[in-house]
Amino acid sequence: MTAPLLTRRAFGLAGLSLALLARVADAAIPAGRKFVVIVCRGGMDGLSVAAPVGDSDYAALRGGLALGDEALKLDATFALNPALPSIYALAKAGEARIAPAVATPDRARSHFEAQDVLETGAPGVYATTSGWLNRAVGVMSAAGKVEAISVGPTAPLILRGPTPAGSWSPGRTVDAAARLPTLLQDLYKDDPLLGPALARGLATETLARDSGADQGAMMAAGMKPAGAGQGRDTARAMGVSLADFLKAPGGPQIAAVSLDGFDTHANQAGVLAQRLGGLDALVDGLHTGLGPAWKDTLVLAVTEFGRTARANGTGGTDHGTGSTALLMGGALKPGGIVGDWPTLKRQALFEDRDVYPALDMRSLSKGLLADHLGVDRRALDTTVFPDSAGVKPLLGLA
Amino acid sequence: MVANSRELDAAVAATRFGLGAKAGEIATAAADPRGWLKAQIRPEGAETFDMGGDTGATRLAAFREYRKQRQAAKQGGDGPGKAAGDEDDAVKMARQFIRKEAAGDVAGRLQLAVGTDAPFRERWALFWANHFTVSATKVQVATLVGPYENEAIRPHVFGRFGDLLAAAETHPAMLLYLDQAQSIGPHSRAAEFLAAGGRRPGFGGGKRAGGLNENLAREILELHTVGVDGGYTQADVTEFARALTGLGIGGPRDMAFEDKVVFREPAHEPGPRTVMGVKYPDGSARAQAGAVLGDLAAKPQTAKFVCTKIARHFVADDPPPALVARLQKTWMATGGDLGRVAATLIDSPEPWSAPPTKFKTPYEFVVSSYRAVGFAPAQAGPQVNGVLNGLGQRPFGAPSPKGWPDEAAPWAASDAIVKRMAFAQSLGGRMGPNVQDPMALADATLGARLTPAAATAIRRAESRAEAVALLVMTPEFQRR
Repeated sequence: MTAPLLTRRAFGLAGLSLALLARVADAAIPAGRKFVVIVCRGGMDGLSVAAPVGDSDYAALRGGLALGDEALKLDATFALNPALPSIYALAKAGEARIAPAVATPDRARSHFEAQDVLETGAPGVYATTSGWLNRAVGVMSAAGKVEAISVGPTAPLILRGPTPAGSWSPGRTVDAAARLPTLLQDLYKDDPLLGPALARGLATETLARDSGADQGAMMAAGMKPAGAGQGRDTARAMGVSLADFLKAPGGPQIAAVSLDGFDTHANQAGVLAQRLGGLDALVDGLHTGLGPAWKDTLVLAVTEFGRTARANGTGGTDHGTGSTALLMGGALKPGGIVGDWPTLKRQALFEDRDVYPALDMRSLSKGLLADHLGVDRRALDTTVFPDSAGVKPLLGLA
Repeated sequence: MVANSRELDAAVAATRFGLGAKAGEIATAAADPRGWLKAQIRPEGAETFDMGGDTGATRLAAFREYRKQRQAAKQGGDGPGKAAGDEDDAVKMARQFIRKEAAGDVAGRLQLAVGTDAPFRERWALFWANHFTVSATKVQVATLVGPYENEAIRPHVFGRFGDLLAAAETHPAMLLYLDQAQSIGPHSRAAEFLAAGGRRPGFGGGKRAGGLNENLAREILELHTVGVDGGYTQADVTEFARALTGLGIGGPRDMAFEDKVVFREPAHEPGPRTVMGVKYPDGSARAQAGAVLGDLAAKPQTAKFVCTKIARHFVADDPPPALVARLQKTWMATGGDLGRVAATLIDSPEPWSAPPTKFKTPYEFVVSSYRAVGFAPAQAGPQVNGVLNGLGQRPFGAPSPKGWPDEAAPWAASDAIVKRMAFAQSLGGRMGPNVQDPMALADATLGARLTPAAATAIRRAESRAEAVALLVMTPEFQRR
């Protein structure tokens, strides 16, 4: 994958002095840089996210699920799902690209194993209990303060682990005037689980108030009961709140968000339009909310596996292998698809069933961590993605 | 190993095996903690919660009726059912159902958990409901989760695993949740009929030709029986899915959809099947599906997988192998008699001696808090749904068929601790004034598990409200 030689950003970078580059390499993270990972759970159908409408086998395999003229044309082969208008606008501006045949190293087609491998970054299932993003934050923190946050009521595995990370979700706040938080901090002082969690939670509360992150979320909460769904308004407000956190002085630079509900075995078109609409609105909220800080931001949306190339008998698709990852952000270098497109020819399908896994998800993540956040190769090959020296970072994307 | 005092055993019985002590419960259990637990095992299963007289069949019929009316209204061009987008409208409709019917189920279930004098039995039932998760995340299922738990799970939780498995996998809620209801054998008579342009009465649409859906088959193998390492392949999943074709929910024309499993033989894929090395001769949907399910229930991998989950739930996120082995032995010796497995659990040393590291899930936290103060909200509303949504455990809304996590890490996010504290503050504010002696409440709630540090903090509280909030936020109350 080669990016155009003289893009706006590549040119800007070439102009930087060596001294400045060296200084950047010493810092925990190059100043202002932000990185967000969105985990789309359930096995997001890559062929519906970015439909290969120009692939001659696509329409026949997909039958009633095939997208037609309504899809948003990216190039001669691919078109985005019409439920992704904001991401499409980013793509047109060179700030969103697709990786159409990505997969984790896991081939079991089990949601839970595949999510484990996706989030731990290990070469196999249940090899470690911490997430790769958490360990990446740990590596970066060695050189200076790096903060990470997850948005949502439960902690996603990708950000769980030895390096403390915050979490936040909209909802009622604590009565700040009460003594309870102080009393509990005292009671939890020897508690390895509750002590750090409470301290961090209270700090995040303060940050939410100071940065205004709670405002947008309050509005969203008023529109819809919390957790009731991932409608556009709620998702957009979540994106705006996350942006507020990321922009706040002393706020987090790294974030993880989980979206559920991508397991579309039946009646896929309608369900997926709704879920992708949520993803699109989240990105839109993040983009709008970040304002000028968007130019230093990278967003990666991934799923545990793709779905069968053929539609099944019930208007849906079953568990597959390769899927589409979305790369977005002002820090992204413009370009075409990321990785190869193996095509949907019968002999190209994985086990005569799925999109062939042409690109190891770890290559993609490693490349972004190296280019955007300056994580070094050794740490990427060992700590962040254990036993992955053979998996080369895909460089040049940011 | 030093044996616990009877007081500590009583506290463990009420908090680890049970759902958190009600007033007087630890004192009752102290006479014979193991006996108190064993007396809660009974062949007829767990209590069912109140659903206002509804059943799965009446809910399903109501949902169909609503859908029919909507269809008619849409075709008529106006009327209350008219809406811009089908999908939006389906979501709205689901919300309406959830509010009116499922909210009642949530309240009924909570009241049962808060009020019960057999809290081990209730925890045992909740464990199995989570093992066989059906979630309201799907529109068609939203109002069926409560009936499913009452009809398919609760009556069987102390019976044979095979019976529980059969009841769970054939309930309309499960068949809709995991898409089995629409699966049609590709070479079945029904598929031929559809390919020739026939309509598909009872199968919903009418546009699509029939075909296989492997969702239920895969999740039975991976989540309900042998587990992901149970030794099956993609080919086994597909073969099992073929064996299951025909198993569905009846349409109004089947005349038998109330309370009955429907095997639509015309939709069954003809031919012999091989699943996990076992050959099943050509036969009816009922025969093939039943035979495979029966064999899966009896497999040692199933015993191992499920007993590991039981040990994890009752003892530690990383369950002791000796306990797993003991539970497995009982399971295999008794043909999966769950009452006997429960008794073995109670008779084992590990649940009594392991340190209390199990971090309560949000539902366990809320239930145990209400049990401590002796109050259960009559309606699901913000005191239940609001709190549980905020803590990430929407009632009847598990994010995937795997159910809710049973380990501490996902629930112990910093945001969640702050939200637990907010709930504690609000609970203290509402219930604190009714508490005469906060120290007596702390003793009754945690018994010998109350630490001196927590006792001191509660004693020094500046108000009853603060004392109650502190009590439910102590490290020992947060764990079991």
